[in-house]
Amino acid sequence: MTRDPAVLVLEDGRVWHGHSFGAVGTTFGEAVFNTGMSGYQETLTDPSYHRQVVVMTAPHIGNTGVNDEDPESSRIWVSGYVVRDPSPIVSNWRARRSLEDELRGQGIVGICDIDTRALTRYLRDRGAMRVGIFSGEVGRTPDLLAAVQASPSMVGADLTADVTTPEAYVVPALGEEHFRVVAVDLGIKAMTPHRMAERGMTVHVVPAGWSWTQISAVRPDGVFFSNGPGDPATARHAVEVMRDALGAGVPVFGICFGNQILGRALGLSTYKLRFGHRGINQPVMDRATGKVDITAHNHGFAVDAPRDAIFDTPFGRARVSHVCLNDDVVEGLECLDVPACSVQYHPEAAAGPHDAAYLFDRFADLMRGAHAPA
Amino acid sequence: MPRRSDIRTVMVIGSGPIVIGQACEFDYSGTQACRVLRAEGLRVVLVNSNPATIMTDPEFADATYVEPITPEYVERIIAKERPDALLATLGGQTALNTAMALHRAGVLDRYGVELIGADVEAIERGENRERFKEIVAQIGAESARSAICHSMADCLEAVTDLGYPVVVRPSFTMGGAGSGIAYDEADLQRIAGAGLQASPTSEVLLEESIIGWKEYELELMRDHRDNVVVICSIENLDPMGVHTGDSITVAPALTLTDREYQHMRDVGIAIIRAVGVDTGGCNIQFAINPDNGRMIVIEMNPRVSRSSALASKATGFPIAKIAARLAIGYSLDEIPNDITQKTPASFEPTLDYIVVKVPRFAFEKFPGADTTLTTTMKSVGEAMAIGRSFSEALQKALRSLESRGASFAWPRTREDVDVAGLLGRMRRPHDGRLSLVQQALWAGAGIDAVHDATGIDPWFLEQIVQINDEADRIRAADTLDAQVLRHAKRRGFSDAQIAQLRALSEREVRELRHALGVRPVYKTVDTCAAEFEAYTPYHYSSYDQENEAIPSDRRKVIILGSGPNRIGQGIEFDYSCVHAALTLKEAGFETIMVNCNPETVSTDYDTSDRLYFEPLTLEDVLEIVHLEGSVGELAGVVVQLGGQTPLGLAQALEDAGVPIVGTPPRAIHLAEERGAFGSVLAAAGLPAPAHGTARSFAEARAIAERVGYPVLVRPSYVLGGRGMEIVYDDGMLADYLERATTVNPEHPVLVDRFLDDAVEIDVDALFDGTDIYIAGIMEHIEEAGIHSGDSACALPAITLTEADVERIRRSTSAIAEGVGVLGLLNVQFALADGELYVLEANPRASRTVPFVSKATGVHVAKAAARIMLGASIADLRSEGLLPSTGDGSTLPRGAPVAVKEAVLPFGRFHGVDTVLGPEMRSTGEVMGLDDTFGVAFAKSQEAAYSGGLPTQGTVFVSLADRDKVRGVASVRRLSDAGFRIFATDGTAAALREVGVPVDVVRKQHEGRGPQGEPTTVDAIMAGDVDLIVNTPYGVGPRVDGYEIRTAAVVKGIASITTVQGLAAAVAGIESMRSGTPGVRSLQEHAAALTALRAREG
Repeated sequence: MTRDPAVLVLEDGRVWHGHSFGAVGTTFGEAVFNTGMSGYQETLTDPSYHRQVVVMTAPHIGNTGVNDEDPESSRIWVSGYVVRDPSPIVSNWRARRSLEDELRGQGIVGICDIDTRALTRYLRDRGAMRVGIFSGEVGRTPDLLAAVQASPSMVGADLTADVTTPEAYVVPALGEEHFRVVAVDLGIKAMTPHRMAERGMTVHVVPAGWSWTQISAVRPDGVFFSNGPGDPATARHAVEVMRDALGAGVPVFGICFGNQILGRALGLSTYKLRFGHRGINQPVMDRATGKVDITAHNHGFAVDAPRDAIFDTPFGRARVSHVCLNDDVVEGLECLDVPACSVQYHPEAAAGPHDAAYLFDRFADLMRGAHAPA
Repeated sequence: MPRRSDIRTVMVIGSGPIVIGQACEFDYSGTQACRVLRAEGLRVVLVNSNPATIMTDPEFADATYVEPITPEYVERIIAKERPDALLATLGGQTALNTAMALHRAGVLDRYGVELIGADVEAIERGENRERFKEIVAQIGAESARSAICHSMADCLEAVTDLGYPVVVRPSFTMGGAGSGIAYDEADLQRIAGAGLQASPTSEVLLEESIIGWKEYELELMRDHRDNVVVICSIENLDPMGVHTGDSITVAPALTLTDREYQHMRDVGIAIIRAVGVDTGGCNIQFAINPDNGRMIVIEMNPRVSRSSALASKATGFPIAKIAARLAIGYSLDEIPNDITQKTPASFEPTLDYIVVKVPRFAFEKFPGADTTLTTTMKSVGEAMAIGRSFSEALQKALRSLESRGASFAWPRTREDVDVAGLLGRMRRPHDGRLSLVQQALWAGAGIDAVHDATGIDPWFLEQIVQINDEADRIRAADTLDAQVLRHAKRRGFSDAQIAQLRALSEREVRELRHALGVRPVYKTVDTCAAEFEAYTPYHYSSYDQENEAIPSDRRKVIILGSGPNRIGQGIEFDYSCVHAALTLKEAGFETIMVNCNPETVSTDYDTSDRLYFEPLTLEDVLEIVHLEGSVGELAGVVVQLGGQTPLGLAQALEDAGVPIVGTPPRAIHLAEERGAFGSVLAAAGLPAPAHGTARSFAEARAIAERVGYPVLVRPSYVLGGRGMEIVYDDGMLADYLERATTVNPEHPVLVDRFLDDAVEIDVDALFDGTDIYIAGIMEHIEEAGIHSGDSACALPAITLTEADVERIRRSTSAIAEGVGVLGLLNVQFALADGELYVLEANPRASRTVPFVSKATGVHVAKAAARIMLGASIADLRSEGLLPSTGDGSTLPRGAPVAVKEAVLPFGRFHGVDTVLGPEMRSTGEVMGLDDTFGVAFAKSQEAAYSGGLPTQGTVFVSLADRDKVRGVASVRRLSDAGFRIFATDGTAAALREVGVPVDVVRKQHEGRGPQGEPTTVDAIMAGDVDLIVNTPYGVGPRVDGYEIRTAAVVKGIASITTVQGLAAAVAGIESMRSGTPGVRSLQEHAAALTALRAREG
């Protein structure tokens, strides 16, 4: 199959030549790399990747095609896709269509035949940055660079409104209902309410714009704050709702963006990592048990918190519960005087290992009131 | 928790001789473990009978015992060394089985030795198939439906439920020995019968067939805090039915979604926990039904395995090294990742490249062996390649094999290809099947048809289609421009393949490519897909955009390794390469290793300063030389240590302007080319056996007449004794010429006088241009004519006089000088009727270098590497690398005797004659060391064969006429020692003549007697025979005695095929009967030698 030439332009002017993959056209976003060797379908449909151009370090992408069970949301969210070798065929008993057809169908512009390892090293050393992919009627490079530099930055981006559900919906508990949970959808992945439902939680997924009054009207046993895209510093409404929940003493659990929301609600700051954590092999230590879990990550921002001591917050004492062993980044927070905890990574793990699934049990424990602060 | 403080001395058990299914990957893992444990300040006691290993070099342990790995010997070592703990999970199935036997015998309890890594319970749960299946069921996963059988009756009953085909797997055997697939009852009788025999617990498992399913492996590690990580996933290109050691395998898994992969990971983790591997690695195999995803757990190895070595090299995560640390108390998060330095080992490596491993077979050495690939492993080695795409990695791996026809090739037209025939032939898995697949796809067989025939996943087949399409583009391109070349290179095409497609020479393609600036870049294996900076220069080539391997400005040496293991070129050569790297690093050079064998120590990134995991072809080596030579000073390339592979590149490298260190290529040629070498010998006044070159049968017969029968015949231009036979008369000569070779003016046959009854002598020596250092003189136990690699030998020589030794010394020196050696030289002599004949000389490291080093306590390979780079023998003597006076020809009086014995793979190749000949067929070796030859020989037999030599019982003897005189004397000694003697008619008569009591047994062709008197084979199969002596006349499977030797293999009974071997065995048996041998470490041995030298000096 012959492909059109395509070009990838980074905001610092570095240009990479390849071929068109997926839809032909132009796209912009923040260039980030993902090191997972499996799970491209989950990655593409993860709303946290909204407005990001994802570079896959695994060289062969698309081998197992696209199926109907594995998407994490109703659409592909990445703004662009960079791979080395797209698979010419699909080989898996569950596959329904090819990845390339799916990308084209959803208008996702991609580029292939790129030295993705070189690009990854570049981003690792210089940090995530804006990028444009251009294929088809490609103009002159200087203009492309200007276009990239004119595109919006991830810092200060409020993207919640783009990804949250327009209407509330309910994911019923599987089997007997033990708890009612309100999940604030900041870009939630399908696997998350599923993991809760498996544990007897009926999950009311609600739009990010819901007020605490609306949420409390559901009379939840616990409130969950999901993952999602954008700069947590812009998420003022979510932080307000979080404070209300903490103040009300309702058990709270957060994942990823939700962890940053909890951090900000506790008065901590958040900051942008140079190139972020995106992969499914990240070692995280639970500091209470000393156990190390291999976890799925997708975050460009992190919470700044004192790692070595319990600290005071407007809601009492809190501590860093989890850290990433690769770089000591804060990966989890735990309140000691109110029932709240959160992690920066993805215990729902789609894609990724299931090591941290126990955190949903902890959320259940919090709601059961059985959680004894240490 | 840091390391345990209650362990001071750890015993490590190695895996013994290299055999099929258990090769030098355990030298790699054991060497890593020893290094780590010593770095932790622990005292290490090592037991391994294999002298060719790096791990048994005295500097890797505090006490190194090259003794038989049997419970009895290991107990003696435990009693002497009193270790606190035993680490048995790094020495393959041999170490694990020995540890279990020591436990069962109460030895571990008696001496208070703790089994670390995996305890007895865990080993039981992992290895006992019944218990393992219970565990799989408990954790909610599935095993194949099966039945455990302890008898043939059990088997027949079970199969009525399971149906054919059914898989047979014996318990507690390594490398799948004795396994197979039965398609009908006859198969079942044969395979299960042998399996019940092979299993130490007389247990086989019959299992529903999952042939054709997708096959996967996971390598996992667990620490004492219950942290578990998956180091690597491996997908087999050959589906279920072919042993993973014989399959082409790929890392990471490429045809699973995350959902399926995570399910497999969850099950794997649940299994390692339930089995209870406390610390360390394990390997779990899975099968997946390609139609519906049903996943079945096949088996686990609760230890470091061959796949662990592959996974370590594939990911950069050193499993054995980490396992050793975990075993002494560390947790994964306390151990840093060597490569990134900043991140911990508690993570899962992620790859941004593809790794392909391909097996290397040696069926050509075993005529008559079944070449079908089954669940019993048959390959003798493997090559691994890394590329940025599957096609690049696959093509690199295939050319790494160095086997003719392994790389893909394209006929002139598609009409030349018989697609239907290929589709039929590829149904049977066998060596070379992938070439059939490629040709069939190229000629138009669809992916579906090939998938139906082979079960290979369509994804892999499509990749091969892409390679074929690329070949068509290369052929059809108007000109070979940069774009065409770059595309071809990205799909892994070699210059040689492009040359074939374009009807050019490889050199023309290379020059064109260089002129166009199309060169590879080098990437780094970094465990983390570039997420973190890598500090370990472990590189592979790819035709991609960015080069990461930045050469240093230091003075550097490139060492070429030996490629995939094969018979005749294995671990012994890796040994020399590793020593060169270690010693040249110490001498201030930057050392750069090039090799493609994942099993080796040389491809450990810790061994050299820089590692290029690359094929050893001229093209691939030249590219590395180009890069490394671009900065700094390249002192040269070392070609004389890695065996024939690098030696074969020497001339071409020199022609390309690459400096070769040590013996120059023209000197190599002088030794290898018959005419030139003849002139060297003539000039030095040294005799060689009379010989001639024949271009027809008439010429061959004329030469044979002139030199006299028997003669040694072989095709010209062969290596490792290929196609070589000893011929005793005209009839056999005619038969050989018809059967074994084509003889014509272009393919002449060499005919040499065969020195019957000669003593063969092997000499390793160092030469620096002026001085000679005789490293060792080895006297073969078998007569000349048996390949030196298959012959047992003793050092010091047993029967040579001082005058003989002096003659050998002078002759070796004259050859070294005449050839122009700089470094190592191996010479083979034959001493017959007082005349010392030169058989051949090889100006390179020999197979015996490690044995000689250990037997004499001198680092021969290290000294050789230094000499190649300019040091003199005098320098090395004053430095202490060589003894200050004397050498291996002047061992002090009373020096202990070391015996090397070869280990042969006949158990794997049923139906192959076990008679030794000029063609090398052994896979490995062991060493026995003691004060006397008899004990040393007995130890070597104990180490080489389970059971070793019997000290009582029944001996069956059948001697060829020419052996009767000498053989009878030995048999009389056995009779005197109380053995009962069985013999065939003629031999019995000869024995009776001298008064030896003997019972006659019937020959096989005579059949059973009227009263049902058994034949020899019946007696052997009934277990009535403890030792077999059967010296044949001539060779070939039809020769009488073949069935007897085959029965011996089936029953695992020691079988002696030469009178010299018989004499050695008798000496061994007599010494064993007179008392239990002691054990001594190499360190004690070296100290004793030094003391003896001092007393003499």
